[in-house]
Amino acid sequence: MEKPDEMKKAIDLTPKKGDWMTPEVELKKGTYCYGAPLKHQKYLELPNQREWQPHDVDWKLPENWKDIILDGMAKLLKKNRAFKLFMDICVRCGACADKCHFFIGSGDPKNMPVVRAELLRSVYRRYFTIHGRILGKLAGARDLTVDVLKEWFYYFYQCTECRRCSVFCPYGIDTCEITMMARELLNLVGCNIQWVVEPASNCFRTGNHLGVPPHAFKETLGFALDEIRDLTGINVEAPINKKGAEVLFIAPSADYFASPHWYTLLGYLMLFHEIGLDYTWSAYASEGGNFGLFHSAELAKRLNAKIYAEAKRLKVKWILGGECGHMWRVIHQYMDTFNGPADFLEVPVSPVTGTKFEHAKSTKMIHIAEFTADLIRHNKLNLDKSRNDNWKITFHDSCNPARSMGLLEEPRYIIKNTCNHFYEMPENTIREKTFCCGSGAGLGADENLEMRLKGGMPRAMAVKYVKEKYGVNMLACMCAIDKAALPPLLDYWVSGVDVCGVHELVGNALVMKGEKKRETNLRGEPIKGDSKDTK
Amino acid sequence: MKIILPFFTVVLIACLVYGGTRYLEGHILFGIIVPYICFALAIVGFVVKIVKWAVSPVPFNITTVCGQQKSLNFLRHSPIESPASRCGVFFRMLFEVLFFRSLLRNEKVELYGKERRLIYGSDRYLWIFAILFHWSMLIILLRHLKLFLEPIPYWIIMLQNLDGIFQSHIPPVYISNVLVSIGLVFLFLRRLKRRVMYISLPSDFFVLFLIGGVILSGMLLRYVYRADILLVKAFLFGLIYLNPVPYTGFGTMFYIHLCFISVLIAYLPYSKLMHMAGVFLSPTRNLRNDSRARRHINPWDYPVKEHTYEEWEEEFKDALKEADIPLDSENKG
Repeated sequence: MEKPDEMKKAIDLTPKKGDWMTPEVELKKGTYCYGAPLKHQKYLELPNQREWQPHDVDWKLPENWKDIILDGMAKLLKKNRAFKLFMDICVRCGACADKCHFFIGSGDPKNMPVVRAELLRSVYRRYFTIHGRILGKLAGARDLTVDVLKEWFYYFYQCTECRRCSVFCPYGIDTCEITMMARELLNLVGCNIQWVVEPASNCFRTGNHLGVPPHAFKETLGFALDEIRDLTGINVEAPINKKGAEVLFIAPSADYFASPHWYTLLGYLMLFHEIGLDYTWSAYASEGGNFGLFHSAELAKRLNAKIYAEAKRLKVKWILGGECGHMWRVIHQYMDTFNGPADFLEVPVSPVTGTKFEHAKSTKMIHIAEFTADLIRHNKLNLDKSRNDNWKITFHDSCNPARSMGLLEEPRYIIKNTCNHFYEMPENTIREKTFCCGSGAGLGADENLEMRLKGGMPRAMAVKYVKEKYGVNMLACMCAIDKAALPPLLDYWVSGVDVCGVHELVGNALVMKGEKKRETNLRGEPIKGDSKDTK
Repeated sequence: MKIILPFFTVVLIACLVYGGTRYLEGHILFGIIVPYICFALAIVGFVVKIVKWAVSPVPFNITTVCGQQKSLNFLRHSPIESPASRCGVFFRMLFEVLFFRSLLRNEKVELYGKERRLIYGSDRYLWIFAILFHWSMLIILLRHLKLFLEPIPYWIIMLQNLDGIFQSHIPPVYISNVLVSIGLVFLFLRRLKRRVMYISLPSDFFVLFLIGGVILSGMLLRYVYRADILLVKAFLFGLIYLNPVPYTGFGTMFYIHLCFISVLIAYLPYSKLMHMAGVFLSPTRNLRNDSRARRHINPWDYPVKEHTYEEWEEEFKDALKEADIPLDSENKG
C-alpha cells in the first residue's frame, strides 16, 4: 500500500483528454470486492448460481445474458419513475462531479456521479430511445457488451449509495437510485459480491449478518452484562424473546460482536436498565442492518420482514432501533412500504416522559437517538459530562440518517449533554453534506481496502482538520459500518483519533442509581476528569 | 468532434433555410410545413414523455433530505429542506424551480498547495449564469407572447418596457437579450473546461448552438434585418388558426429564426431539455419526508419468500433450548 502522501499526490481531479465512451476496466487488486460464494447464492436462490470471481476472464454469464439485462431494464423503467426520469433529464452540468468521495479520493473520472450514471444511461439510450438507436455513439449510446457489464460491476460496486451528489443536483438525480438499479440488473446475471450476499444469506437464515445462532447471541449479551456489573456493580438484564414486553429493541448485530460497537451496546443496556424500560431483544430478528438493500429491493424486503413479524409475535407495543446507518434508510423510507401496515402496534410513547412520537405514527419504530434526546430534555437522566473528559469529540453524520432521514440534531443534542468538549468539522463535510466513510453499501471488504481508503479520504481530512485545530481525539458516529470502517481509515490518514458510538458517551456519562464509583470509562481507560457525581 | 459536428449541423440548418428561401421559393416549406411538422413532433413527443413518466409508479419514498427532520418539538425542524407537509414540498419545489436552490449549494473541491490540503470553496458561477440564462429566456418568451395575443395584455407591455428601460439605442436594447447571451456564452465556455468536456456529449453542444442560433437570429431580426411586427403577427395568426397564408415579404432572417425555433421545440422532448418538465416529477424533491408518519404505498408490491419464525425455531430448536429461550411450539403444546 502507498503512503498517504503518495496516495494524495497521485490524485488528479482533471481528467485526461478523451471521454468515457470506451469501456475499459482494470481490476486492480485492492479496488474491487470478491464474488459471492456459491453456498450463499444457493441459500438465497439467486440467479445464475456458480463460483466466480471478478478477475476471472470468463464470468460464466448465461447465454442470453444480454436479453436478461435488457428485459430487466425495461421492467425497471416501467416500475420506477425515478429510474426513468434520471435516465432522461440529466443535463451533464457536472455539479455533482466533485461531490463524490470516490472521485475526490481517486481522481478516476468514471467516479464522477454523472459518468457513473452515464455508464448505464448510454445503454438505455442505445436500446430504449429513438435518437440513441439512430445516432449511436454520437448520441452517447453504447452497445451492451461484456466489457460494459464489467465496467458496471466495477463502478457500481464503487458507489456507497451515500446520496451526497443528489443534494447538489439541480434535479435531485440520485446516484444511489441509479446504483441500486444497476445492481438489480447485475444480480439478474449473477454478478454480486461476497460482502453483500454472505451477510444477507446469514441474516436470512440465523437472523444476523455474522450468522450468530441464538445461544451464542444470548451468551454474548451475557458477556456485556458481566462487563457492566464489573464496571458499575449493578446487575443489568437483557431479556430475549420476551413476550408481552412493551418495546422490541433492534440493533445492528455488529453492536454485539465488533469493537468499538461493543461499548455502544453497553451504553444501551445501561440506559434501558436505568430507566426501567420494559423491553426485549429478539434472537430471530437479531439484526437491524439489511444488506438486502445493497442487492435488490426484493431481498431487502425479505430480510426486513422479520422485524414486524417478530413484533407481532412478541406482542410488543412499538419498536426501538439502535445506532445504524443503512438500517435507518430501510426503516425510515422502506419498511412501512415493504412490510406494513403495522396496525398491530401502537404509536410509540416514551414510558418515561410520556412523549408521543407522532412522526413515527405509521411505522411505529423510533431511533434510539430520538428516544434518548427526549429523555435528556425531560431531565430523566443523571449525566456526568466530565466522565467523557478524556476526549475532545467531533461528530460524523452517517449518510443515511443524515440524507434519508434528517436525523441531524438528535445526536448532537445527546453529545452536548454528555460531553464537555464537542467540536464540529467544517460545514462542507457535515449534516446533509456529510462525507461517507467510503465503505458503505456493502463495500467494506478487506480486499477492497485501497478503494475504501481513497473513498474515505475527504472524511478523514475533515477529521484531521479538527484534530489539528482543536485537538480532537474522538470521532463519534451512529452507524455500525462507520464504527468498523473509520478506525482503519483514521489510522491511515490521521492517527490518534478513535471512534465511538453516541450511546457509548451516554453509558459513560450516565450516573446509575446504586452504582459504585467508576474508576474507568466503558473501555476500561482511567477517567481523567473531576467526576462531580461519583459515590 | 463533440463541438464541430453540432456546430456545422446548426450552420447547415441556417444554410438550408437561407438557400431555400432565397433561391428556391421555399417560403411555404420553411414558413409553414417545417413549423407545422416540428410543432406536431414537439407536442406528441412532449405528451408521450410526460405520460410515460407520470404513469410509471414511485414505489418508495426516496426524498433526499437536506435538513433536520420533524421529530421532537424542542429540535428546530427545517420545513423546506426536510418538508414534512405539502406546503413544505411546495416551497421546496418553488425554490428549486425558480431559484435553483440545489445549484446554489454548489462548491468546488481542490487539493491545494504542496501539502495537497483538501479545500472547499464556494462555486456559484454556474448558479449565477444559469439563473441569468433561464430567467432571461423566460422573459424573452413572455415578450414573444405579444405576437400570439390580441389585444396584447397590459402586463406584457409593462414587461417589455421594463426590459427595454435602458433606452440608449433605438430600437431599445432589451436587457434580457444581453443577459441571455452572456449566460449562453458562459455555459458554452464552461463546457470547454477539461472536466466538463469529459462528460459532455455532442448533443450538449448541439443544444447550445441551436439556442445560440435562435438568439442570434432573433437579435438580428430586431436590430438589423427588421421585420414588420404587424405582418409577422398576421402570419403567425394564420399558422395558429390553421389558415396559413404564404407570405414572401419577410427577409431570410425571419425564416431562419422561425426554423431554428421549430427545430428546437421538435428536438426538445427527445433531449435533455426535458429537465424543464422532469424537475417537477423528481421523487427525491417532490415527496414529503414523512415516511414514518404516513405509509407510502408501492403499487406493484408482491409477496416475497420469507424465513418465518416457525421455520427458524424449528431449525434452531436445540440452540434455543440450550439457551433457555422459550419455544412457541412447546408452549402451545
